[in-house]
Amino acid sequence: MNTPVITVALAGNPNSGKTTMFNNMTGAHQKVGNWPGVTVEKKEGLIERFGFDLRIVDLPGTYSLTPFSIEEIVARNFVLEERPDVVIDIIDASNLERSLYLATQLREIDCRVLFALNMADMAMARGMKIDAEKLSELLDVPVVFTVGNRGEGVNELLSAAIRLAQEPFREPKGRRVKYSADIEAAIARLQAWLSDRAGDLLPYSPRWTAVKLLENDSVVAEKVFTVLADPLLREALEKLVASERSYIEDRYDDDPEIVMTDERYGFIAGIVKEVVSVSTRHRVDISRNIDRVLTNRFLGFPIFIFLIWAMFELTYSVGEIPKEWIGSGVELLKTMIERQLAEGWFKELLVNGVISGVGSVVVFLPNILILFLCISLFEDTGYMARAAFLMDKIMHTIGLHGKSFIPMLMGFGCNVPAIMAARTLESEKDRILTILITPFMSCSARLPIYIVIAGAFFAEKAGSVIFGIYLVGILLSIVTGRLLRCTLLKGQDAPFVMELPPYRVPMLKSVLIHMWERSKMFLKKMGNIILIGSIVVWALSAFPRMPEEPLAPVQANGTVARSDGGMPMAADREQADRIESERKAIQNRLAADRRLRQTEQSYMGRIGKWIEPVFLPIGIDWRGSVALMSGFVAKEIVVSTMGILYAYGGNADTEALSRTLAASGMTRRSALSFMVFVLIYLPCLATVAAIRRETGSIRWMMFSLVYSSLMAWVLAFAVYQAGRWIGW
Amino acid sequence: MSDELKMSLLREGQSAVVLRIGGSGAFRRRIFEMGIVKGTVIVVEKYAPLRDPIEIVVKGYHLSLRVEEAANIVVEPLPGKTSE
Repeated sequence: MNTPVITVALAGNPNSGKTTMFNNMTGAHQKVGNWPGVTVEKKEGLIERFGFDLRIVDLPGTYSLTPFSIEEIVARNFVLEERPDVVIDIIDASNLERSLYLATQLREIDCRVLFALNMADMAMARGMKIDAEKLSELLDVPVVFTVGNRGEGVNELLSAAIRLAQEPFREPKGRRVKYSADIEAAIARLQAWLSDRAGDLLPYSPRWTAVKLLENDSVVAEKVFTVLADPLLREALEKLVASERSYIEDRYDDDPEIVMTDERYGFIAGIVKEVVSVSTRHRVDISRNIDRVLTNRFLGFPIFIFLIWAMFELTYSVGEIPKEWIGSGVELLKTMIERQLAEGWFKELLVNGVISGVGSVVVFLPNILILFLCISLFEDTGYMARAAFLMDKIMHTIGLHGKSFIPMLMGFGCNVPAIMAARTLESEKDRILTILITPFMSCSARLPIYIVIAGAFFAEKAGSVIFGIYLVGILLSIVTGRLLRCTLLKGQDAPFVMELPPYRVPMLKSVLIHMWERSKMFLKKMGNIILIGSIVVWALSAFPRMPEEPLAPVQANGTVARSDGGMPMAADREQADRIESERKAIQNRLAADRRLRQTEQSYMGRIGKWIEPVFLPIGIDWRGSVALMSGFVAKEIVVSTMGILYAYGGNADTEALSRTLAASGMTRRSALSFMVFVLIYLPCLATVAAIRRETGSIRWMMFSLVYSSLMAWVLAFAVYQAGRWIGW
Repeated sequence: MSDELKMSLLREGQSAVVLRIGGSGAFRRRIFEMGIVKGTVIVVEKYAPLRDPIEIVVKGYHLSLRVEEAANIVVEPLPGKTSE
């Protein structure tokens, strides 16, 4: 038996329980990616029910099918272009009136629609009774009751969908939205023109096309115009649309799209009146009471700050524990491979390139898991909307949206998950802007660099200097935000029209799926780029190879120690131990020395010396340049590279490094310039990969790279030269 | 006799009927699509702690919008009811 796959699209308002429903239907069979070209999450799952293969596609949550945001365009295009066999509109029963707006729009498109009346129990609790049969009859659409979080009605819904998919398509007989006479007349005239001239060429039904042209829908207009080959026809249509629009404007004294929206709501009000009976209006609105506390004038901010603090603590302190386990696991793997393989470049590639590079990213997995757990909890309970509500005023003054706050704050921990957290923003422009300014929030990996350098040069004032550096980062992000807002990312601030959904107890399954999907994405994509990047950087520092040198002196020392004592006696053992540790120290020093020389004459070192002229004006010599370059892989590496280059004393304890730095010709001035540079320049590879992924464009990634490097140099230059100027 | 008022001038707990919506383009349309049309009854639930976004209840759900945007919506306050 080879039945074709039935495609079922899930549509619905945000917070209508769509995702819960989707999780219930597909369980472990879901695939998450992005819609081609845009960063809207694409979720689908293949399941088998009642002997049919079903492809369930979760469309982005939208309030309408008017294409303003990408979510709406994606949702509408899917319904129009990919023609799913069935569209299930998930309707929040306790929010029926508004939900029906999308429903009527879906009804206007000629597709097979099915309504899932979700969370009817909640509506019941609020004293609303909904007559589903009446609703089904009035709109001529099958209606199924569901309770998403308990999985009730899911099977009925799917079997109804299968039934609907198998019926031959019939034009819905029941009431469509019927506009008032003048508008219907205009629609009819346009419709007739379209059927006559374009007929079969039209991509969509003539009535719907007519409605959309009246509404000035540019996407549909463009589609229709490309179909019309004859330029004369196009001109005629343009004229006709314009005259019909002014015909309506004359009569209603408003834009046709507004008039029609108004009428749709009128139509909906009529349906609601017939379908809903409100018994007693006993409002057990727990949500409202919670909100009295959580967005209270006095308590709102303290609670918000506490919750953010708790999230930080969980992410970065608790996450530290498993992070260390993974870290030691990676170390273990390294030593094992080190023992197993013979010396040579392949071993080095594996150990220093692949394992170190990828390992440095994998260790972040616990932090990322916890962070996404917190974000999922915030989102699923409905608190995220409140956070945006609280913060919008502050964020708006710097040209951002209330929801930008969370990603920016998280940037202080690690830029990678912070950039991924920007997904919670709906407007593409806000999202890109937030992503671009997040790297200026100094991440925790940069802190050790400040500690070493500020500790060496600013002694007791180190704390204030580091605080100042963080402040510079924040200021820079604000300046950048404002700058981009009025240049590249111009355009009206997205209006802040945001629903505050009722508080809900999150579903464990939902939260876990969410958390895991996002983390998996992190692992997979970051893994690829980090792997390649680490190999490239490793190769640059390991080639060309330095000629092998005999390790004779150390071996001689070792043999001396043994031949000397013969059978080790108790007294001798102490001496033997001492000699042994000396031998180790010498060996370490020699190895470090060798590493230094290797780095110095490697491509990396040569590049470092080659670009030294660029760094000299900001007070950084070739060793600093190399350290900075290595920081592109991960900022953690900067300190260890500096350890190799400046203080080749073997063990890289930070105090020794600080002392050596102070003796190396670095001054307070160049130290400050170095720190400013570290703050601003290229984010690490994983962050760059995240920028590329989340903006969906290489151009934004390149922009970020170039902008931050330039800005870093200019500011470091200003610091260094101004310092000289004031004779510091 | 009606007294017209910008929505942003309503006090917490006050309810009103929407008379018309000014502003332009995307914002105006969005407001309509969210169900704030002529004749809709809205209740101002609260203002955010920094007095900026305003939270209203419309058609049984809660919506927040910026004060400057709410200023585009002209309403007629309903008498008496200053809820709870």
